[in-house]
Amino acid sequence: MKPSHSKQKSNRTNSSLTKSGGWFGVWLGGSLWLYLGLILLLVLADIWYVLANYNSSHGLSEMLDWDNLRQSIQLTFISSTVSAILSVLIAVPVGYLLSRYRFLGKSMIDAVLDIPVVLPPLVIGLSLLILFNNFPPRILDLGVGSLDEMLSGFGYRITHTTLAIVIAQFTVACAFAIRTMKVAFDQIDPRSELVAMTMGASRGRAFFDVVLPQTYQGMVAAGMLAWARSLGEFGPILVFAGATRGKTEVLSTSVYLEINTGNLKGAVLISLIMIALAIITTITVRMLTKKGSKDDLY
Amino acid sequence: MIYIDNISVKSGGFTLSNISFGILTGECLALMGKSGSGKTTIMEAICGLRELVDGKISMGGKDVSKMAPQERMVGLVPQDNVLFPNMTVREQLAYGPRMRKWKKTDINARVTEVAEELKINDLLDRLPKGLSGGEAKRVAIGRAISAKPQLLCLDESFTGLDGETLDKVMAVVQDTIRREGISTLLITHQAYEAERLGDVIYHL
Repeated sequence: MKPSHSKQKSNRTNSSLTKSGGWFGVWLGGSLWLYLGLILLLVLADIWYVLANYNSSHGLSEMLDWDNLRQSIQLTFISSTVSAILSVLIAVPVGYLLSRYRFLGKSMIDAVLDIPVVLPPLVIGLSLLILFNNFPPRILDLGVGSLDEMLSGFGYRITHTTLAIVIAQFTVACAFAIRTMKVAFDQIDPRSELVAMTMGASRGRAFFDVVLPQTYQGMVAAGMLAWARSLGEFGPILVFAGATRGKTEVLSTSVYLEINTGNLKGAVLISLIMIALAIITTITVRMLTKKGSKDDLY
Repeated sequence: MIYIDNISVKSGGFTLSNISFGILTGECLALMGKSGSGKTTIMEAICGLRELVDGKISMGGKDVSKMAPQERMVGLVPQDNVLFPNMTVREQLAYGPRMRKWKKTDINARVTEVAEELKINDLLDRLPKGLSGGEAKRVAIGRAISAKPQLLCLDESFTGLDGETLDKVMAVVQDTIRREGISTLLITHQAYEAERLGDVIYHL
Protein backbone atom coordinates (compact mmCIF):
# COMPACT_ATOMS: atom_id res chain seq x y z
CA MET A 1 0.00 0.00 0.00
CA LYS A 2 1.37 3.40 -0.97
CA PRO A 3 0.94 6.21 1.53
CA SER A 4 -0.70 9.46 0.42
CA HIS A 5 1.84 12.21 -0.14
CA SER A 6 2.15 15.87 -0.92
CA LYS A 7 4.44 17.19 -3.66
CA GLN A 8 6.33 19.41 -1.24
CA LYS A 9 7.16 16.79 1.28
CA SER A 10 7.31 13.56 -0.67
CA ASN A 11 11.07 13.86 -1.01
CA ARG A 12 11.47 14.24 2.73
CA THR A 13 10.23 10.76 3.40
CA ASN A 14 9.50 7.99 1.01
CA SER A 15 8.45 5.44 3.58
CA SER A 16 5.47 3.13 3.30
CA LEU A 17 3.56 1.20 5.91
CA THR A 18 5.08 -2.06 4.76
CA LYS A 19 8.58 -0.63 5.12
CA SER A 20 7.92 0.87 8.56
CA GLY A 21 7.30 -2.71 9.73
CA GLY A 22 6.88 -3.94 13.27
CA TRP A 23 3.81 -3.72 15.47
CA PHE A 24 3.30 -0.05 14.59
CA GLY A 25 2.85 -0.78 10.88
CA VAL A 26 0.52 -3.69 11.67
CA TRP A 27 -1.53 -1.49 14.00
CA LEU A 28 -1.90 1.31 11.43
CA GLY A 29 -2.55 -0.90 8.42
CA GLY A 30 -4.67 -3.41 10.38
CA SER A 31 -6.99 -0.71 11.71
CA LEU A 32 -7.44 0.71 8.22
CA TRP A 33 -8.20 -2.65 6.63
CA LEU A 34 -10.53 -3.67 9.45
CA TYR A 35 -12.85 -0.73 8.86
CA LEU A 36 -12.34 -0.58 5.10
CA GLY A 37 -13.13 -4.31 4.97
CA LEU A 38 -16.39 -3.76 6.85
CA ILE A 39 -17.50 -1.07 4.37
CA LEU A 40 -16.50 -3.16 1.34
CA LEU A 41 -18.25 -6.23 2.77
CA LEU A 42 -21.45 -4.21 3.25
CA VAL A 43 -21.43 -3.22 -0.42
CA LEU A 44 -20.41 -6.69 -1.61
CA ALA A 45 -23.18 -8.31 0.43
CA ASP A 46 -25.76 -6.03 -1.23
CA ILE A 47 -24.39 -6.74 -4.72
CA TRP A 48 -24.30 -10.47 -3.99
CA TYR A 49 -27.89 -10.40 -2.72
CA VAL A 50 -29.17 -8.67 -5.86
CA LEU A 51 -27.24 -11.03 -8.17
CA ALA A 52 -28.42 -14.11 -6.28
CA ASN A 53 -32.04 -13.01 -6.64
CA TYR A 54 -31.73 -11.85 -10.23
CA ASN A 55 -34.06 -13.71 -12.52
CA SER A 56 -32.72 -13.46 -16.07
CA SER A 57 -36.12 -14.13 -17.67
CA HIS A 58 -37.71 -11.17 -15.87
CA GLY A 59 -34.64 -8.96 -15.65
CA LEU A 60 -34.61 -6.18 -13.05
CA SER A 61 -38.18 -5.17 -13.88
CA GLU A 62 -39.77 -7.59 -11.42
CA MET A 63 -37.67 -6.22 -8.54
CA LEU A 64 -39.09 -2.70 -8.60
CA ASP A 65 -41.75 -0.37 -9.94
CA TRP A 66 -39.37 1.61 -12.16
CA ASP A 67 -41.81 4.48 -12.75
CA ASN A 68 -41.97 5.02 -8.99
CA LEU A 69 -38.22 4.79 -8.71
CA ARG A 70 -37.72 7.32 -11.52
CA GLN A 71 -39.99 9.78 -9.68
CA SER A 72 -38.19 9.09 -6.42
CA ILE A 73 -34.76 9.68 -8.00
CA GLN A 74 -36.02 12.90 -9.61
CA LEU A 75 -37.40 14.24 -6.31
CA THR A 76 -34.25 13.18 -4.46
CA PHE A 77 -32.03 15.04 -6.93
CA ILE A 78 -34.16 18.19 -6.95
CA SER A 79 -34.68 18.37 -3.17
CA SER A 80 -31.03 17.53 -2.36
CA THR A 81 -29.76 20.12 -4.84
CA VAL A 82 -32.08 22.85 -3.49
CA SER A 83 -31.08 21.96 0.11
CA ALA A 84 -27.39 22.01 -0.81
CA ILE A 85 -27.67 25.42 -2.51
CA LEU A 86 -29.60 26.87 0.46
CA SER A 87 -27.06 25.35 2.87
CA VAL A 88 -24.10 26.95 1.08
CA LEU A 89 -25.90 30.30 0.89
CA ILE A 90 -26.27 30.26 4.68
CA ALA A 91 -22.97 28.50 5.45
CA VAL A 92 -20.78 31.08 3.66
CA PRO A 93 -21.74 34.13 5.79
CA VAL A 94 -22.17 32.12 9.01
CA GLY A 95 -18.85 30.29 8.52
CA TYR A 96 -17.09 33.62 7.90
CA LEU A 97 -18.71 35.20 10.96
CA LEU A 98 -17.60 32.32 13.18
CA SER A 99 -14.13 32.26 11.68
CA ARG A 100 -13.31 35.98 11.82
CA TYR A 101 -15.32 37.70 14.54
CA ARG A 102 -15.33 37.52 18.31
CA PHE A 103 -18.64 38.38 19.95
CA LEU A 104 -20.56 37.80 23.14
CA GLY A 105 -21.96 34.28 23.40
CA LYS A 106 -19.97 33.00 20.40
CA SER A 107 -19.13 29.63 21.95
CA MET A 108 -22.77 29.17 22.95
CA ILE A 109 -23.98 29.98 19.43
CA ASP A 110 -21.31 27.68 18.01
CA ALA A 111 -22.63 24.85 20.20
CA VAL A 112 -26.27 25.52 19.19
CA LEU A 113 -25.28 25.35 15.50
CA ASP A 114 -23.97 21.84 16.15
CA ILE A 115 -27.30 20.60 17.55
CA PRO A 116 -28.55 19.24 14.18
CA VAL A 117 -25.29 17.26 13.89
CA VAL A 118 -25.57 15.55 17.28
CA LEU A 119 -29.35 15.21 17.64
CA PRO A 120 -30.98 11.93 16.54
CA PRO A 121 -32.47 12.66 13.07
CA LEU A 122 -35.89 11.45 14.21
CA VAL A 123 -35.93 14.12 16.92
CA ILE A 124 -35.25 16.81 14.31
CA GLY A 125 -38.18 15.56 12.25
CA LEU A 126 -40.44 15.52 15.30
CA SER A 127 -39.32 19.02 16.31
CA LEU A 128 -40.04 20.32 12.80
CA LEU A 129 -43.48 18.73 12.95
CA ILE A 130 -44.20 20.42 16.29
CA LEU A 131 -42.79 23.77 15.09
CA PHE A 132 -44.97 23.90 11.99
CA ASN A 133 -48.13 22.42 13.52
CA ASN A 134 -48.15 23.45 17.18
CA PHE A 135 -46.32 26.75 17.25
CA PRO A 136 -47.07 29.34 18.52
CA PRO A 137 -48.59 27.22 21.32
CA ARG A 138 -52.40 27.27 21.34
CA ILE A 139 -52.30 27.94 25.06
CA LEU A 140 -51.10 31.49 24.32
CA ASP A 141 -54.32 32.01 22.35
CA LEU A 142 -52.78 34.46 19.89
CA GLY A 143 -55.53 33.70 17.41
CA VAL A 144 -53.08 33.22 14.54
CA GLY A 145 -53.01 29.42 14.31
CA SER A 146 -49.90 27.34 13.73
CA LEU A 147 -47.10 28.23 11.30
CA ASP A 148 -48.50 25.75 8.79
CA GLU A 149 -51.98 27.26 9.09
CA MET A 150 -50.58 30.76 8.63
CA LEU A 151 -48.66 29.69 5.52
CA SER A 152 -51.70 27.86 4.12
CA GLY A 153 -53.40 31.29 4.17
CA PHE A 154 -50.88 32.28 1.48
CA GLY A 155 -51.49 29.07 -0.45
CA TYR A 156 -48.54 27.11 0.95
CA ARG A 157 -48.65 24.00 3.08
CA ILE A 158 -45.43 22.62 4.46
CA THR A 159 -46.06 19.46 6.46
CA HIS A 160 -46.26 16.30 4.36
CA THR A 161 -45.34 18.11 1.15
CA THR A 162 -42.17 18.24 -0.96
CA LEU A 163 -41.32 21.55 0.76
CA ALA A 164 -41.12 19.61 4.03
CA ILE A 165 -38.52 17.32 2.43
CA VAL A 166 -36.31 20.30 1.54
CA ILE A 167 -36.72 21.86 5.01
CA ALA A 168 -35.89 18.55 6.74
CA GLN A 169 -32.83 18.02 4.55
CA PHE A 170 -31.68 21.64 4.90
CA THR A 171 -31.98 21.61 8.72
CA VAL A 172 -29.37 18.86 9.02
CA ALA A 173 -27.23 19.52 5.93
CA CYS A 174 -26.69 23.22 6.70
CA ALA A 175 -24.97 22.40 10.02
CA PHE A 176 -22.41 20.28 8.14
CA ALA A 177 -21.93 22.96 5.49
CA ILE A 178 -21.31 25.62 8.16
CA ARG A 179 -18.58 23.49 9.79
CA THR A 180 -16.92 22.96 6.40
CA MET A 181 -17.03 26.66 5.50
CA LYS A 182 -15.68 27.72 8.89
CA VAL A 183 -12.67 25.43 8.40
CA ALA A 184 -12.24 26.80 4.85
CA PHE A 185 -12.20 30.41 6.14
CA ASP A 186 -9.90 29.47 9.05
CA GLN A 187 -7.32 28.31 6.50
CA ILE A 188 -7.24 31.69 4.74
CA ASP A 189 -4.82 34.27 6.12
CA PRO A 190 -7.04 37.04 7.59
CA ARG A 191 -4.37 39.56 6.59
CA SER A 192 -5.36 39.17 2.93
CA GLU A 193 -8.63 41.05 3.56
CA LEU A 194 -6.83 43.52 5.87
CA VAL A 195 -4.37 44.34 3.07
CA ALA A 196 -7.30 44.80 0.67
CA MET A 197 -8.94 47.16 3.17
CA THR A 198 -5.81 49.33 3.41
CA MET A 199 -6.00 49.56 -0.38
CA GLY A 200 -9.44 51.12 -0.21
CA ALA A 201 -11.79 48.13 -0.19
CA SER A 202 -14.63 47.98 2.31
CA ARG A 203 -14.83 44.87 4.51
CA GLY A 204 -17.57 43.44 2.28
CA ARG A 205 -15.70 44.26 -0.94
CA ALA A 206 -12.52 42.65 0.44
CA PHE A 207 -14.55 39.54 1.27
CA PHE A 208 -15.98 39.17 -2.23
CA ASP A 209 -12.79 40.18 -4.09
CA VAL A 210 -10.15 38.41 -2.04
CA VAL A 211 -11.56 35.90 0.46
CA LEU A 212 -14.41 34.25 -1.43
CA PRO A 213 -12.36 33.30 -4.54
CA GLN A 214 -9.93 31.52 -2.22
CA THR A 215 -12.71 29.42 -0.70
CA TYR A 216 -13.95 27.99 -4.00
CA GLN A 217 -12.87 24.49 -3.01
CA GLY A 218 -14.39 24.88 0.44
CA MET A 219 -17.69 25.95 -1.09
CA VAL A 220 -17.69 22.96 -3.45
CA ALA A 221 -16.88 20.64 -0.54
CA ALA A 222 -19.60 22.21 1.64
CA GLY A 223 -22.14 21.95 -1.19
CA MET A 224 -21.27 18.34 -1.98
CA LEU A 225 -21.32 17.38 1.70
CA ALA A 226 -24.71 19.07 2.15
CA TRP A 227 -25.96 17.31 -0.98
CA ALA A 228 -24.72 13.92 0.23
CA ARG A 229 -26.27 14.48 3.69
CA SER A 230 -29.57 15.44 2.06
CA LEU A 231 -29.43 12.36 -0.16
CA GLY A 232 -29.11 10.07 2.85
CA GLU A 233 -31.57 11.90 5.11
CA PHE A 234 -34.38 9.66 6.30
CA GLY A 235 -35.64 10.20 9.87
CA PRO A 236 -36.68 13.86 9.62
CA ILE A 237 -38.24 13.27 6.19
CA LEU A 238 -40.26 10.30 7.40
CA VAL A 239 -41.70 12.22 10.37
CA PHE A 240 -42.10 15.69 8.82
CA ALA A 241 -42.80 14.97 5.15
CA GLY A 242 -44.13 11.43 5.42
CA ALA A 243 -43.43 8.64 2.95
CA THR A 244 -46.31 8.77 0.52
CA ARG A 245 -45.72 6.78 -2.69
CA GLY A 246 -45.13 9.06 -5.63
CA LYS A 247 -45.68 12.22 -3.56
CA THR A 248 -43.12 12.63 -0.81
CA GLU A 249 -41.01 9.64 -1.76
CA VAL A 250 -37.26 10.12 -1.98
CA LEU A 251 -34.68 7.33 -2.33
CA SER A 252 -34.21 6.85 1.41
CA THR A 253 -37.96 6.56 1.96
CA SER A 254 -38.22 4.29 -1.11
CA VAL A 255 -35.95 1.80 0.69
CA TYR A 256 -38.22 2.03 3.74
CA LEU A 257 -41.39 1.55 1.66
CA GLU A 258 -39.95 -1.46 -0.17
CA ILE A 259 -38.96 -3.09 3.14
CA ASN A 260 -42.45 -2.37 4.51
CA THR A 261 -44.06 -4.12 1.56
CA GLY A 262 -41.72 -7.10 1.98
CA ASN A 263 -39.75 -6.40 -1.20
CA LEU A 264 -36.26 -6.82 0.18
CA LYS A 265 -34.75 -7.29 -3.30
CA GLY A 266 -36.08 -3.91 -4.40
CA ALA A 267 -34.88 -2.25 -1.18
CA VAL A 268 -31.36 -3.62 -1.69
CA LEU A 269 -31.33 -2.52 -5.33
CA ILE A 270 -32.27 1.05 -4.34
CA SER A 271 -29.61 0.91 -1.63
CA LEU A 272 -27.04 0.04 -4.30
CA ILE A 273 -28.13 3.04 -6.37
CA MET A 274 -27.64 5.22 -3.28
CA ILE A 275 -24.23 3.69 -2.60
CA ALA A 276 -23.19 4.45 -6.20
CA LEU A 277 -24.36 8.06 -5.81
CA ALA A 278 -22.50 8.37 -2.49
CA ILE A 279 -19.29 7.03 -4.06
CA ILE A 280 -19.57 9.41 -7.03
CA THR A 281 -20.16 12.33 -4.64
CA THR A 282 -17.23 11.56 -2.33
CA ILE A 283 -14.85 10.98 -5.25
CA THR A 284 -15.95 14.25 -6.86
CA VAL A 285 -15.39 16.12 -3.57
CA ARG A 286 -11.91 14.57 -3.27
CA MET A 287 -11.04 15.58 -6.84
CA LEU A 288 -12.36 19.11 -6.53
CA THR A 289 -10.64 19.67 -3.18
CA LYS A 290 -7.40 17.92 -4.03
CA LYS A 291 -5.32 20.84 -2.76
CA GLY A 292 -6.64 20.10 0.70
CA SER A 293 -4.18 17.20 0.87
CA LYS A 294 -1.33 19.66 1.46
CA ASP A 295 -1.69 18.91 5.15
CA ASP A 296 -0.74 15.27 4.59
CA LEU A 297 2.66 14.63 6.08
CA TYR A 298 3.69 11.51 4.19
CA MET B 1 3.90 64.72 7.13
CA ILE B 2 2.73 61.77 9.22
CA TYR B 3 2.43 62.50 12.91
CA ILE B 4 1.94 59.89 15.61
CA ASP B 5 1.01 61.82 18.71
CA ASN B 6 1.26 60.06 22.06
CA ILE B 7 -0.75 57.01 21.03
CA SER B 8 -1.64 54.04 23.27
CA VAL B 9 -2.60 50.72 21.70
CA LYS B 10 -3.81 47.53 23.30
CA SER B 11 -2.09 44.35 22.20
CA GLY B 12 -3.13 41.09 23.78
CA GLY B 13 -2.52 41.38 27.49
CA PHE B 14 -0.53 44.64 27.51
CA THR B 15 -0.89 48.24 26.37
CA LEU B 16 1.78 50.16 24.50
CA SER B 17 1.69 53.72 25.75
CA ASN B 18 3.06 57.16 24.93
CA ILE B 19 4.33 56.40 21.43
CA SER B 20 5.15 59.53 19.46
CA PHE B 21 7.11 60.13 16.26
CA GLY B 22 6.81 61.92 12.97
CA ILE B 23 7.71 61.02 9.39
CA LEU B 24 8.39 63.80 6.92
CA THR B 25 7.11 63.54 3.35
CA GLY B 26 9.45 61.30 1.40
CA GLU B 27 11.29 60.24 4.54
CA CYS B 28 11.81 56.64 5.70
CA LEU B 29 11.57 55.96 9.41
CA ALA B 30 12.88 52.60 10.55
CA LEU B 31 11.16 51.37 13.68
CA MET B 32 13.39 48.84 15.40
CA GLY B 33 12.76 46.58 18.35
CA LYS B 34 12.97 43.02 19.55
CA SER B 35 10.34 40.42 18.64
CA GLY B 36 7.23 40.99 20.73
CA SER B 37 8.06 44.61 21.48
CA GLY B 38 4.92 45.79 19.69
CA LYS B 39 6.31 47.15 16.41
CA THR B 40 3.64 45.45 14.29
CA THR B 41 0.92 46.55 16.75
CA ILE B 42 1.91 50.19 16.23
CA MET B 43 1.93 49.74 12.47
CA GLU B 44 -1.52 48.10 12.55
CA ALA B 45 -2.84 51.04 14.57
CA ILE B 46 -1.42 53.47 12.01
CA CYS B 47 -3.08 51.48 9.20
CA GLY B 48 -6.40 51.52 11.07
CA LEU B 49 -6.43 47.79 11.69
CA ARG B 50 -6.29 48.25 15.47
CA GLU B 51 -8.20 50.75 17.61
CA LEU B 52 -6.33 53.41 19.54
CA VAL B 53 -6.83 53.55 23.29
CA ASP B 54 -5.54 57.09 23.33
CA GLY B 55 -3.62 59.62 21.23
CA LYS B 56 -3.88 60.91 17.69
CA ILE B 57 -2.60 60.00 14.24
CA SER B 58 -2.53 62.63 11.54
CA MET B 59 -1.62 62.36 7.88
CA GLY B 60 -1.14 65.44 5.73
CA GLY B 61 -2.58 67.60 8.51
CA LYS B 62 -5.76 65.51 8.74
CA ASP B 63 -6.71 63.57 11.88
CA VAL B 64 -7.18 59.97 10.75
CA SER B 65 -7.38 58.39 14.23
CA LYS B 66 -11.01 57.38 13.86
CA MET B 67 -10.95 56.62 10.13
CA ALA B 68 -11.50 53.11 8.75
CA PRO B 69 -8.46 51.50 7.05
CA GLN B 70 -9.96 52.06 3.59
CA GLU B 71 -10.25 55.80 4.23
CA ARG B 72 -6.60 56.26 5.24
CA MET B 73 -4.14 56.49 2.39
CA VAL B 74 -1.71 53.79 3.47
CA GLY B 75 -0.03 50.93 1.63
CA LEU B 76 0.83 47.81 3.59
CA VAL B 77 3.44 45.16 2.79
CA PRO B 78 3.18 42.29 5.31
CA GLN B 79 6.14 40.08 6.13
CA ASP B 80 5.11 37.23 3.82
CA ASN B 81 3.58 39.49 1.15
CA VAL B 82 0.04 38.02 1.37
CA LEU B 83 -0.51 38.43 -2.37
CA PHE B 84 -4.05 37.71 -3.56
CA PRO B 85 -3.76 34.21 -5.08
CA ASN B 86 -6.72 34.68 -7.43
CA MET B 87 -5.39 37.85 -9.11
CA THR B 88 -2.67 38.30 -11.71
CA VAL B 89 0.16 40.70 -10.94
CA ARG B 90 -1.54 43.30 -13.18
CA GLU B 91 -4.79 42.95 -11.24
CA GLN B 92 -2.95 43.22 -7.92
CA LEU B 93 -1.27 46.45 -9.02
CA ALA B 94 -4.58 47.83 -10.34
CA TYR B 95 -6.56 46.86 -7.21
CA GLY B 96 -5.72 49.93 -5.09
CA PRO B 97 -6.39 52.50 -7.84
CA ARG B 98 -9.58 50.62 -8.76
CA MET B 99 -10.81 50.76 -5.17
CA ARG B 100 -9.95 54.48 -5.12
CA LYS B 101 -12.12 54.88 -8.23
CA TRP B 102 -9.41 56.04 -10.63
CA LYS B 103 -10.20 56.31 -14.35
CA LYS B 104 -9.40 53.21 -16.37
CA THR B 105 -6.75 54.96 -18.48
CA ASP B 106 -5.06 56.32 -15.34
CA ILE B 107 -5.08 52.84 -13.77
CA ASN B 108 -3.42 51.29 -16.83
CA ALA B 109 -0.80 54.04 -16.98
CA ARG B 110 -0.07 53.69 -13.28
CA VAL B 111 0.26 49.88 -13.49
CA THR B 112 2.80 50.26 -16.31
CA GLU B 113 4.71 52.94 -14.40
CA VAL B 114 4.91 50.92 -11.15
CA ALA B 115 5.80 47.72 -13.01
CA GLU B 116 8.68 49.52 -14.74
CA GLU B 117 9.91 51.07 -11.50
CA LEU B 118 9.98 47.72 -9.75
CA LYS B 119 11.17 45.81 -12.83
CA ILE B 120 8.21 43.44 -12.89
CA ASN B 121 6.88 44.26 -16.41
CA ASP B 122 7.37 40.69 -17.58
CA LEU B 123 5.37 39.31 -14.64
CA LEU B 124 2.18 41.31 -15.22
CA ASP B 125 0.08 38.43 -16.53
CA ARG B 126 1.26 35.85 -14.04
CA LEU B 127 -0.48 34.63 -10.91
CA PRO B 128 1.45 34.87 -7.62
CA LYS B 129 1.87 31.09 -7.51
CA GLY B 130 5.31 30.31 -8.86
CA LEU B 131 6.83 33.79 -8.34
CA SER B 132 10.23 33.76 -6.64
CA GLY B 133 10.64 35.37 -3.21
CA GLY B 134 12.20 38.51 -4.67
CA GLU B 135 9.57 38.82 -7.42
CA ALA B 136 6.71 38.35 -4.94
CA LYS B 137 8.21 41.00 -2.68
CA ARG B 138 8.45 43.52 -5.52
CA VAL B 139 4.84 42.77 -6.53
CA ALA B 140 3.68 43.27 -2.92
CA ILE B 141 5.47 46.61 -2.78
CA GLY B 142 4.06 47.62 -6.18
CA ARG B 143 0.56 46.72 -5.02
CA ALA B 144 1.03 48.84 -1.88
CA ILE B 145 2.24 51.97 -3.69
CA SER B 146 0.13 51.83 -6.86
CA ALA B 147 -2.66 54.01 -5.41
CA LYS B 148 -0.05 56.61 -4.33
CA PRO B 149 -0.54 56.28 -0.57
CA GLN B 150 0.65 58.93 1.88
CA LEU B 151 2.41 56.28 3.91
CA LEU B 152 4.02 52.99 2.92
CA CYS B 153 4.26 50.45 5.77
CA LEU B 154 6.87 47.73 5.37
CA ASP B 155 6.35 45.12 8.09
CA GLU B 156 9.50 43.00 8.34
CA SER B 157 9.13 42.99 4.58
CA PHE B 158 12.63 41.83 3.72
CA THR B 159 12.73 38.86 6.08
CA GLY B 160 13.31 35.56 4.34
CA LEU B 161 15.16 36.94 1.29
CA ASP B 162 18.64 35.56 0.71
CA GLY B 163 21.70 37.88 0.54
CA GLU B 164 21.84 38.65 -3.18
CA THR B 165 18.06 38.86 -3.65
CA LEU B 166 17.75 41.04 -0.54
CA ASP B 167 20.33 43.42 -1.93
CA LYS B 168 18.61 43.67 -5.33
CA VAL B 169 15.12 44.09 -3.88
CA MET B 170 16.26 46.72 -1.40
CA ALA B 171 17.99 48.67 -4.15
CA VAL B 172 14.83 48.68 -6.29
CA VAL B 173 12.64 49.60 -3.31
CA GLN B 174 15.00 52.38 -2.26
CA ASP B 175 14.91 53.85 -5.78
CA THR B 176 11.13 53.54 -5.97
CA ILE B 177 10.51 55.18 -2.59
CA ARG B 178 12.81 58.08 -3.52
CA ARG B 179 11.24 58.53 -6.95
CA GLU B 180 7.69 58.34 -5.62
CA GLY B 181 8.47 60.56 -2.62
CA ILE B 182 6.37 58.39 -0.30
CA SER B 183 6.76 58.56 3.47
CA THR B 184 7.76 55.09 4.64
CA LEU B 185 7.56 53.25 7.93
CA LEU B 186 9.94 50.30 8.00
CA ILE B 187 9.39 47.78 10.79
CA THR B 188 12.48 45.63 11.25
CA HIS B 189 14.76 44.02 13.73
CA GLN B 190 17.67 43.96 11.26
CA ALA B 191 20.12 46.82 11.75
CA TYR B 192 21.33 46.40 8.15
CA GLU B 193 17.86 47.05 6.70
CA ALA B 194 17.26 50.00 9.04
CA GLU B 195 20.59 51.63 8.19
CA ARG B 196 20.21 51.11 4.46
CA LEU B 197 16.64 52.34 4.01
CA GLY B 198 15.98 54.47 7.07
CA ASP B 199 16.60 58.21 7.16
CA VAL B 200 15.69 58.11 10.82
CA ILE B 201 15.92 55.11 13.14
CA TYR B 202 13.57 54.82 16.12
CA HIS B 203 14.19 52.16 18.78
CA LEU B 204 11.21 50.80 20.66
